[in-house]
Amino acid sequence: MIIIDTQARAALLKDAVAAFPDECCGFLFGKEDENGLRAITEIQVVNNAKEGDKRRRFVIAPLDYIRAEEYADENQLQLLGVYHSHPNHPAIPSEHDRVAAQPWFSYIIVSVLDGKPDALRSWRLNDDSRFEEENVGIVANSYTNS
Amino acid sequence: MATVIIPTPLRKFTNNTARLEVTADTIDKTVNELTLNFPDLKKHLLDEQGQIRSFVNIFVGNDDIRNLQQGQTAVKADTVISIVPAIAGGVA
Repeated sequence: MIIIDTQARAALLKDAVAAFPDECCGFLFGKEDENGLRAITEIQVVNNAKEGDKRRRFVIAPLDYIRAEEYADENQLQLLGVYHSHPNHPAIPSEHDRVAAQPWFSYIIVSVLDGKPDALRSWRLNDDSRFEEENVGIVANSYTNS
Repeated sequence: MATVIIPTPLRKFTNNTARLEVTADTIDKTVNELTLNFPDLKKHLLDEQGQIRSFVNIFVGNDDIRNLQQGQTAVKADTVISIVPAIAGGVA
């Protein structure tokens, strides 16, 4: 189960729409509790560093990744995963998504159809390196940074 | 000893430790030391030929070792090494 703060969700959808027809990407920050419940309290928009056509691919530059880990550390947050958009495609991970995916991370995918946000779904790799869908909940100001 | 920063997704293989200290004096030896101490890390760092996986970047400070001396890059006591997973994907 993963819960997304309404403001974080709004920021994510705004990025996805602004980037259309290109793919957007960014980081998910929050906390995972002792029961494995994840709460996303903020997102960080990251430049899609894919060279050339960005409508079907995204890449996050290594230095942006290093900065994201530093940000989490400095703000007592956890880097819980990555989001990206699928312009005019469903919010289902592709084989390319799966091959490049990291263990443990949550991968939120938002579908954007003709410039409008559609489904938002979250996925995690299982021990067999296959994606399994996570239930997504949305709450206002879900968790504080305590 | 040099410090290795373990990325969040791989910390479940290092007993949730974010920073590890190593005695190695090169990157290759650092990776070897890490995989000996934490065997479950191995498949996430190395391919079947024992080479650093293409989806893994290793940085010394802000420099990718591919732009330095790769696995032979020297590691000193004050070196900070970051293991950086490549983050990519997309529709196709």
